[in-house]
Amino acid sequence: MKRLSHRLGLYAALAAMGFVVLVPIVWVVTAGFRTQISLLTGELLFTPVLANFTEVLFSKTSDFLVNYRNSLIVGLASTLLCLTAATLAAWSLHRLRWPGWVLHVFLGWALVFHMMPPVALASAWYVMAREVGLDNSFAGLILAHAVLNLPMALWLMGVFVREVPIELEEAARIDGASTLVLLRRIILPMIAPGLAATAILTFVFSWNEFAVALTLTMKQTATVPVAIAKFAQDYEIRYTQMAAAAALSILPALVLLLIGQRFIVRGLTQGAIK
Amino acid sequence: MKAAPVAEGSLVAAGVSATPRRRAPRLDELLPRWATFAPALLLMLGLGVLPLVNLLYTSFHTVSWSGGHATFTPVGFAHYASLPFDTLLRAGLGNTVIFAVFAVAGQMVLGFALALMCSRVTRGRMFYRALFILPILVPGIVIGAIWKLMLNFDFGLINQLVELLGFEGRNWLGDKETALASVIVVDIWHWTPFCFLLLLAGLESLPQDPYEAAKIDGASWWQELRYITLPLMAPAILVTFAFRLVIAFKVFDEVYLLTAGGPGTATEVVSFTLYQRFFTEDRAGYGAAMAITIMFICALLLVMALSVRRRSEPA
Repeated sequence: MKRLSHRLGLYAALAAMGFVVLVPIVWVVTAGFRTQISLLTGELLFTPVLANFTEVLFSKTSDFLVNYRNSLIVGLASTLLCLTAATLAAWSLHRLRWPGWVLHVFLGWALVFHMMPPVALASAWYVMAREVGLDNSFAGLILAHAVLNLPMALWLMGVFVREVPIELEEAARIDGASTLVLLRRIILPMIAPGLAATAILTFVFSWNEFAVALTLTMKQTATVPVAIAKFAQDYEIRYTQMAAAAALSILPALVLLLIGQRFIVRGLTQGAIK
Repeated sequence: MKAAPVAEGSLVAAGVSATPRRRAPRLDELLPRWATFAPALLLMLGLGVLPLVNLLYTSFHTVSWSGGHATFTPVGFAHYASLPFDTLLRAGLGNTVIFAVFAVAGQMVLGFALALMCSRVTRGRMFYRALFILPILVPGIVIGAIWKLMLNFDFGLINQLVELLGFEGRNWLGDKETALASVIVVDIWHWTPFCFLLLLAGLESLPQDPYEAAKIDGASWWQELRYITLPLMAPAILVTFAFRLVIAFKVFDEVYLLTAGGPGTATEVVSFTLYQRFFTEDRAGYGAAMAITIMFICALLLVMALSVRRRSEPA
């Protein structure tokens, strides 16, 4: 009997927490389907309308679709760049007998870099980008996001690379496999799940990144977070459209969460303290 | 960490097959080594180190732009010298410290309490994990937008709830007294689930024997917590706390939308101060000095966090 009540208490606590987490998100998504009047009067039951979404997506004054495309381009390109560099480097550093200090200096610097406020880094990149004419281009932002996520990708891929049994690599070497063949035939298949986890996280963090995107983009290259911030400031009173835009911006993360939940948990908890 | 291949202590291994540690690497070894390391190294040098060197250089100059060309006028340490007298920066530093300490403390306490409760829940694990990860994956700026609406004076859900309970609604973000607290609460909402997941992972990896022994000895729930769980978890808690603190120091996105540092300087945080000085006022030289200083503070915090980790994990 005591066990049962204990257990019920646990589930109640979990449910309460889940409720607190979920309510703001659900509330905003529903606010996207309301009319302004319905939101202001705070009625509980309302007839959902799609006007806010069509307005945000297809109105002539809205660039949201362009922003969406920009975010996709930057997210995909920077993820590809970041993952390629990080995976190769992680394997290299952990498995190719580098002197110890190289490993420590590089990973140590990556940690320091990771802890820097993005705005401070943004200011550094802004000066450089403006000097070489890369401000307001995708290239600048893609490179910035790639290096911003590099430390996390390095640690995560380091963990996954070290899980590959070294005997396997040695066996392949003895059989005469070149480095390229070894990477493609042995390492890559073994680390594929880890690679997926890291890719999802890198993409989502690039998609969410605001400070650097704000300073390195202009109207044509603005990403989704930048657009939302601008929208919230320019049309302070268009609440329902702001809610619709917010709902649309969570969509990719939501889809990725549904597909790769298992990977994400692993990646987040492993990357957090390392 | 990694056991040395000859750790078994076998003389045969040491004498015959082990590769000598210090031998000049051959070219066919060096090439793949550098080829695989180079992309990351170049990326980090070109975009992680070079811009910082450039920023350091900028911080000793006053920059004026004309037609895409920058003119650097050297000013020595003048920018750094005027930093201590920047009232906005002072307010920003003070608020950031308050924000970081209270937000992280709140997340850790709530996260740990929930992790304790849930460490024995076995069913529905996938579901609640997915649920709790959701806030981490939502863009910070969208968190700001969501809570700006939630905390709206006229129709926000918070005021509706407050009025339902019979209190008077407040202008949470527009009031000097509640603005910073509101931002802290939003951050707690944002990151508690994450702390929960980390601490839960820590709890689940604890050895089970002490608990079984305690059960045999008839220890109470409180004694179990006080004498087994807390001492065993202390390193994980401390390390998580220290690192979350450094990360909380970076806060920018939420503040940008929720309050933009206002009302007055009630929610001014260092990242926002830097943004205003560097970008809004377009003072690249002075802003660079501020950025370097903030980075230096972060590096100091990081060193402290690392020493916490080192002390809590005796080899």
